[in-house]
Amino acid sequence: MRAILTTVGQDKTGIIAGVSTFLAERGINILDLSQTIMKGYFTMMMVVDVDDSADFSALSSDLTGLGKKMGVEINIRNEKMYAAMHELSGGLD
Amino acid sequence: MDIRRIMETVNMIDNENLDLRTTTMGISLLDCIDSDSDHACQKIYDKITSKAENLVKVAKDLETEYGIPIANKRITVTPIALIAAASGDKDYVKYAITLDKAAKAVGVDLIGGFSALVHKGYQSGDRVLIESIPQALAETERVCASVNVGSTRSGINMDAVAQMGDIVIQNEKINPLQNGNLVIFCNAVEDNPFMAGGFHGVGEADVALNVGVSGPGVVKTALEKVRGESMDVVAETIKQTAFKVTRMGQLVGQEASKRLGVDFGIVDLSLAPTPAQGDSVANILEEIGLESVGTHGTTAALAMLNDAVKKGGIMACSHVGGLSGAFIPESEDAGMIAAAEKGILTVDKLEAMTAVCSVGLDMIAVPGDTPSETISAMIADEAAIGMINNKTTAVRVIPVPGKDVGDSIEFGGLFGYAPIMPVHKESSAKMIHRGGRIPAPVHSFKN
Repeated sequence: MRAILTTVGQDKTGIIAGVSTFLAERGINILDLSQTIMKGYFTMMMVVDVDDSADFSALSSDLTGLGKKMGVEINIRNEKMYAAMHELSGGLD
Repeated sequence: MDIRRIMETVNMIDNENLDLRTTTMGISLLDCIDSDSDHACQKIYDKITSKAENLVKVAKDLETEYGIPIANKRITVTPIALIAAASGDKDYVKYAITLDKAAKAVGVDLIGGFSALVHKGYQSGDRVLIESIPQALAETERVCASVNVGSTRSGINMDAVAQMGDIVIQNEKINPLQNGNLVIFCNAVEDNPFMAGGFHGVGEADVALNVGVSGPGVVKTALEKVRGESMDVVAETIKQTAFKVTRMGQLVGQEASKRLGVDFGIVDLSLAPTPAQGDSVANILEEIGLESVGTHGTTAALAMLNDAVKKGGIMACSHVGGLSGAFIPESEDAGMIAAAEKGILTVDKLEAMTAVCSVGLDMIAVPGDTPSETISAMIADEAAIGMINNKTTAVRVIPVPGKDVGDSIEFGGLFGYAPIMPVHKESSAKMIHRGGRIPAPVHSFKN
């Protein structure tokens, strides 16, 4: 499953490294990455490839835990959610 | 995808209360009919608990995967008056208890369908079911009841209107909160995923999954960005926002039905408020430019809002159904509560508003000494609006014993609280006691 991982928080060194290391340790490939400053906050979006057999719930809560440790907010959602909302024929069968 | 679009979605969910309000599995009980009510109830329990076994689990999985809360998981069933009529039982409380047990077994919050459709007349089971409603609601926690008393095609059954006033008063005497689980309809729909009025119509598939979306907070936030712009811009903004909100419902509904192996029924395009801050339909109307909901201009703003929500939502999903419109419950909307407390929002104004949106006089608390004929007359007025305008209207009214205007009643949770609203003191009794039927309106004859 392609998923989108978002990270928002105060800008500081090591955010990308921290998230990337976490993903690499779990064999999750990063397909795309962009970042910007929105309303003064560091905002990062990664498109990642999550194995269909992976425990998505555990991954999601581990990422929430990582975010807490790093002082940022991390979420991961199925990419279809964003495609359905913002593209005319996106996300749907 | 553009990072700003991604963050727009994240913001809707995290900060603007966007959720999927309900995933509701409709289950036909027509194959559970049995002249022995014990056998019928066993078949009903078995069917519900097998068909809906995974409903809550699938909904929870989707909540995690899509990162969107699904506020309620519910079930609707075929109107029990149709299922139980073959039994010859003197009351149908046993059926309600069975529904309650099944709902608890599969973990859904509410189950709707303790219902009767009497818009043109009563079959034997209808009368028994309606008379059973007070006891059935008293002995269950999760069962919802509804009665359809009128339709554009058949007019209004005024005998049923009179009887439902009595039933509301009987509920009041047992526990006034019971009336929160009873909806009296005109033009009830067969695929409504929202409670308390949902039931699974006889024209529906054996099992179908319907979803109801919400999102008043998202619409309000979008409108904050177009302050001072013309109504054209306001309508367009609501349309575009409704598209996004509804698309999320289409996606989740499609995935849920696929995983459950059942038909995907409809998406109900509703703006359903909650008492939470920032989740109010009233606040949208105020953002449009009204000092308070209930003042002059409220009906016009609401008409535009309701229409724009539909226009945006229809494009977003494959099948639209249910009630589809803006809900204006008194107790479940912080803005409505505030306006009612100040006396700006009255029952009369709410009635006018129900002519242009879904659904009706919803969760309206009235004085405890309100006569049953006055309740019936309120039902008749709403039914007339539905009948003439070819739309669904409903009444969920809550007389509160010992309380009067200036007091309030607490419902708890998503149901919020409601200040007691004044009703007219002048009697409607002679009209209600006439009984009979109001004939179908001339514009219903379209064949």
